[in-house]
Amino acid sequence: MTIEALALSATMALAAGLVGCFAVMRRMALAGDALSHVALPGIGIALALHVHPLFGAAAMLLFAGLLVWAIEERSHLALETIIGVVFSGALAIGSLMTTGEDLIDALFGGAGTVSRPEMIFGVLTAAAVTLFVLSQRHALIVTLVSPDIARTVGIDVKRLNLLFLEMFALTVALGLRYLGVLLMGSLIIIPAATAKRVSRNLTQMLTVAAALAIFVTVVGSLAADHFHRPTGPFIVTLAAVMFFLSALWGE
Amino acid sequence: MTETNTILEVDRLSIRFGQATILKDVSFRVMRGESVAVIGPNGSGKTVLFRALIGAIPSEGGLKWAPGIRFGYVPQKVDLARDLPITGVDFLRAREASNRSADAAMTQALAAVGLTPALCRQAVGSLSGGQFQRLLIAFALMGEPDVLLLDEPTAGVDEPGQERLNELIQRLQSERRLTVFLISHDLSVVHQHASHVLCLSGGTAHFGEPTTILTPDLLHEVYGTPVAFHVHDH
Repeated sequence: MTIEALALSATMALAAGLVGCFAVMRRMALAGDALSHVALPGIGIALALHVHPLFGAAAMLLFAGLLVWAIEERSHLALETIIGVVFSGALAIGSLMTTGEDLIDALFGGAGTVSRPEMIFGVLTAAAVTLFVLSQRHALIVTLVSPDIARTVGIDVKRLNLLFLEMFALTVALGLRYLGVLLMGSLIIIPAATAKRVSRNLTQMLTVAAALAIFVTVVGSLAADHFHRPTGPFIVTLAAVMFFLSALWGE
Repeated sequence: MTETNTILEVDRLSIRFGQATILKDVSFRVMRGESVAVIGPNGSGKTVLFRALIGAIPSEGGLKWAPGIRFGYVPQKVDLARDLPITGVDFLRAREASNRSADAAMTQALAAVGLTPALCRQAVGSLSGGQFQRLLIAFALMGEPDVLLLDEPTAGVDEPGQERLNELIQRLQSERRLTVFLISHDLSVVHQHASHVLCLSGGTAHFGEPTTILTPDLLHEVYGTPVAFHVHDH
């Protein structure tokens, strides 16, 4: 694994940790996890068309973000169904479209070599997501407490929700190379859930989640490299261990 | 009674959710500095009216605020998990994120509602019902509102806490010349503090001074049962 690939994974993890904090607080842990599954048919289509799989995945994820947003605006109950049916269906269809080595890499992540365009897309997107969360954290907090209060202070709640979902979708796209469609959601959710348990305020939570996400990603990637195995399972296992340690520590 | 003193003019306002009509042809006018109590049985559309007043839901008919009005809104129910690492300071700072004098404004608002800085550094989930209401009111005050809308601020708060909240609201109103809209089920408080009463029932509204609205006949008609409340005559 090259230094560039490792550095890129760290910027991705930073974005994942930060976006995860608000995903966890908005109780979209499961929704977020399932959302990442829609990337698979995107990868399948991209491979069939000989386009970079990342772009197929990103397009599908952004579309799924839009879909979740549109449904969420209407009713919450429908969203659960959509996630259960559509997103899992997407995983199944994607698995039919993608085969062999490509499928394993798409599902669990594999290091490989990072191309120049991918590097640039990765750094720019991670920077955009990080900037979004840090600059909008106040608006996100007010909206979390009460969307109606948020409206009275001039926050465009609908727009903020859409932006957040799309930032979430982009973060999933960023991490697909390392964690695959099955496990990327977990890198967003687990460090943030761990941080939620041990933090006393918002700044602590954001800091702890980002630091944990970067730590498990870098250490997990190095371990996977050493054992010549997919990266995702190492990263998420390590993240889960940290979560259980924090649960014990909290007791 | 001059036109310029009118802060809100509601003219044949209707609110529909799909097929259901929640409010129909509701009209009233509120002057600056008045205190309007909104009463009515459960499901009569009080919260819906508030949400229409702040522009959170669409409505038909006339709804006109005086230009440049700033709202402070204190919702009834806040759907927030109790285990979040969000402190009162995190919440209040979010209000004044763009303002350089954020800390001064926060200190002032906390003093106004009687919350200590130490309480404010705790997670919001650990606050009591009354403390949380005070935090929401502090948030509303930080925007230096002209209008304060309070949706049952004393619901789920113990008796002494209710009294303190009612005193706080009254004090804020007189000190800051606020126009206050208060949803309440406590008719004796309404009778004592409100300058006007808006009584919603079955989609329609009665509006007037407490003495004309809080009559046994009207309350019987609205609530479907005789309603007694204690009147403090001083």
